[in-house]
Amino acid sequence: MAQKKAKITERKLEVLNSLKKFGTSVYNQLDQGVFPTVNMPSRSTENITYDSALRQYVLGEKSVGRSTRNIRHIKPFTQLAWVALFSNELTSQRKTSTLRDVYYSAQAYEMTFQDQQESNNIITDLETLTGFAREDFSIFPEERSAIFGDLDIAYTVPGYEGKSVNLTSHPDGVLIGPAVTSSEFLKTTADKVIAIEKGALFTRFIEESVHSKHKSLLISCGGQAPRQTRSFIRRLHDELGLPVYILTDGDPWGMHIAQVIISGSANAAHLRDLNTPDAVWSGVWATDIIDYKLPTDPLDEVDIKRLYELQKDPRYQNDPIWQREIKTFLKIKRKTELEAFSRYGLTYIVDEYLPTKLENGPDVAEGKKKK
Amino acid sequence: VGKRQVSQATFEEMSVSDFFYRNRDIAGLTNPSRSIFVAIREVVENSLDAAESQKIPPDVYVRLSFEAEATKDTQIYKLRVQDNGSGIQPRFIPSAFGQVLYGSKYKLKQARGTFGLGGKMAVLYGQITTHQPVMITSSTGQEKIYSFKLMIDIQRNKPIILDRKVLINKDNWRGTIIEFSLEGDYLRAMPKIIEYFKQTAMVNPYANITFVDPKGRLYKFTRATTTMPEPPTETLPHPYGVDVELLQRLIQITTCTNMSTFLRQHFHRVGEITAQKFLEFAGIQVSKNPKKLTHEEIVKLMQNLKKYKEFLPPDASCLSPLGEELLKAGVMKELNPEYLVVHQRKPSTYAGHPFIVEMAIAYGGGVPKTGNFVIYRFANKIPLLYDEASDVSYKVISAMNWRRYKVQPDMPIAIVIHVCSTKVPYKTVGKEFISDRIEVRKEEANALREVSRQLSHFLTRQEHVHMEKKRLGIFSKYLPRIAEFSTTLAGETKRPDIDKLLKSVQKYGAEES
Repeated sequence: MAQKKAKITERKLEVLNSLKKFGTSVYNQLDQGVFPTVNMPSRSTENITYDSALRQYVLGEKSVGRSTRNIRHIKPFTQLAWVALFSNELTSQRKTSTLRDVYYSAQAYEMTFQDQQESNNIITDLETLTGFAREDFSIFPEERSAIFGDLDIAYTVPGYEGKSVNLTSHPDGVLIGPAVTSSEFLKTTADKVIAIEKGALFTRFIEESVHSKHKSLLISCGGQAPRQTRSFIRRLHDELGLPVYILTDGDPWGMHIAQVIISGSANAAHLRDLNTPDAVWSGVWATDIIDYKLPTDPLDEVDIKRLYELQKDPRYQNDPIWQREIKTFLKIKRKTELEAFSRYGLTYIVDEYLPTKLENGPDVAEGKKKK
Repeated sequence: VGKRQVSQATFEEMSVSDFFYRNRDIAGLTNPSRSIFVAIREVVENSLDAAESQKIPPDVYVRLSFEAEATKDTQIYKLRVQDNGSGIQPRFIPSAFGQVLYGSKYKLKQARGTFGLGGKMAVLYGQITTHQPVMITSSTGQEKIYSFKLMIDIQRNKPIILDRKVLINKDNWRGTIIEFSLEGDYLRAMPKIIEYFKQTAMVNPYANITFVDPKGRLYKFTRATTTMPEPPTETLPHPYGVDVELLQRLIQITTCTNMSTFLRQHFHRVGEITAQKFLEFAGIQVSKNPKKLTHEEIVKLMQNLKKYKEFLPPDASCLSPLGEELLKAGVMKELNPEYLVVHQRKPSTYAGHPFIVEMAIAYGGGVPKTGNFVIYRFANKIPLLYDEASDVSYKVISAMNWRRYKVQPDMPIAIVIHVCSTKVPYKTVGKEFISDRIEVRKEEANALREVSRQLSHFLTRQEHVHMEKKRLGIFSKYLPRIAEFSTTLAGETKRPDIDKLLKSVQKYGAEES
């Protein structure tokens, strides 16, 4: 445990060092009477490639320069320096902030951002420059997802250091916020993680005691899983050695929610450890629609367009299951939702569908991959 | 109404006054508000001419005072205009004010009025609306001042002298005072009248003009200079500009007994050789006595004068343009713009009449921002206040490709156009707008292009200065912040010196411009 603690402190030091390194470089350039410049990997689409070894998107060799000599660069450069300073304060004072909060805090420093999008972009610049995620700088997005299951964690946030809690303590689930994501894992009886696209089903699962019946940690993604949730899932997988199963709606959008948890997004190509390459998409598959005779809706035009896009996406090339399911969707031209299982009764999804899926889960996927 | 519907069977002889009395709207006296404006304008212009002809910087004092209510919408006012002009010799006073079409303006030189009609029409109008006499007091600066009380005998076009006084001119006063009553609608006319004075002051920067209105409000326009434009010299009519009427009158008064001397003596730019060649061209004997020309021959002569291509163009000595300096002073004084450029074109001619176009373009400062150009039109130093959209200048301005000159219609821009000529090509007798003569349009377009070119240089320069200021502003806003943030981040205490960097930006900026 002491080791874990040391690891966390170590990472924090690395983060602070990276900020100081940037500050010193700018300071020295100014001191030598030159216009400060900074280089960082380019995030333009032509510099984003899929790394099949890492099983995620990465940035290529191209880099971009920001020079204070350039009238168009000097403002974002100043904003970058300010965000670095602000992150430095947050991290060293062990405080957290949100993206929106950063946007407003800037005004206290007479640093104005046109809108929150602008300040978000600058924060992404800082991520790209240092290689750390904004959560490392104690900046969190507003959207939250939740976790429920038998896991004891110990907080590291100021005021709660060492205090532990069991994640079944609240029947609505526990918010995956900075306190949870920065906590240490103590012990668990769970042997798997089930990530669920929708909050409604997450609640149903808690009511049906899926966490104890199937010894699982339940996570509600709330649609597209936020970055901190993705990175938290990665930690659950890496540190506790738990397999991860993902349940989404049976449509291209649900399929992609699973894919982003597995392979990451192009938007976060400058970051590592946000994805869980070993996670498994358990359903609802297009083939499930046929096998379980689920109620469906027809695919509309945007669904079909999206399927053709996904068909070409490099992330969908690794595991043949993706191509198979895309083809099936395109063939049957139908889609469904997780709730569709209710036609067989409220508990069918828990009692019948889920066990089959979990049983076959990773092995089936593995097996199919081998074919 | 009854008088206008003269029965076709009865032909009465009608005097000139009578004619104008019946058709006063052709002189602009159309309604009570327009009439009071026109009356003031005509009398003031006479005063300005009287001073200018002597190269005296004019001092014109105008007072309009309320006398009585007339109708629901109109009142009787007394108009008094005093000037420091040449004054009028006593023997000419009765005719000068009491006889329509009597005046000193028949020879060819640039003057404000053209028919000798304006001032008298105003007096005539006063008389027919109020039945009051006009009071004229004048002195040429000699020992006596003469004062007349007059009325016009409209049917016979003759002045009636009601009273005549002679005073001793102790102070060597020189000038003319005219005072008469008239009916009008001042309240309605007020904006135009004030605008008229303002624009008159703009185009006569060497004049002091004072106006006291019926409410006792004082409008004072003070001269910005005492420099006066060169007064015009009188010239003979140019052969291209004559008509049959003028030819007949010249033949009547001439003492010449052959055509060659007749042409040389009465026409501008005709010498012995030109006369000979023309007469050959027209098939008229050199020795022919002009008084023996038949009516048909006179018409043919007029046509040939217009047809003959070899006459030299008229020279411009008969014109008195303001000149670039005075135009600049006038616009500066009344608009106080941020930027002003003026341009005077070389003299040109249309139909035998010489003319000069002067143009100014003013930007920013006191120029009002109306969302459109403000256009100030002048003809022989008279402001033209009506029918802007019918004026040739409006067409010229509208036809310009303003984007080429970096000009946006919402910029505060005023365009000042002055056309001076021995015969301004007005479209109507009301003298409110200049007709679309190709020669005039060409000159105006060229003048406008010239001033616009300079304005566009200014705008480019200004934009550049503005950009440069903005650039420097951005550097001096952000560099100190970067220094501040990086000092804290680096854990340093001493701020790096950024003055050198800021200076280098400035230097670079200076090189760029």
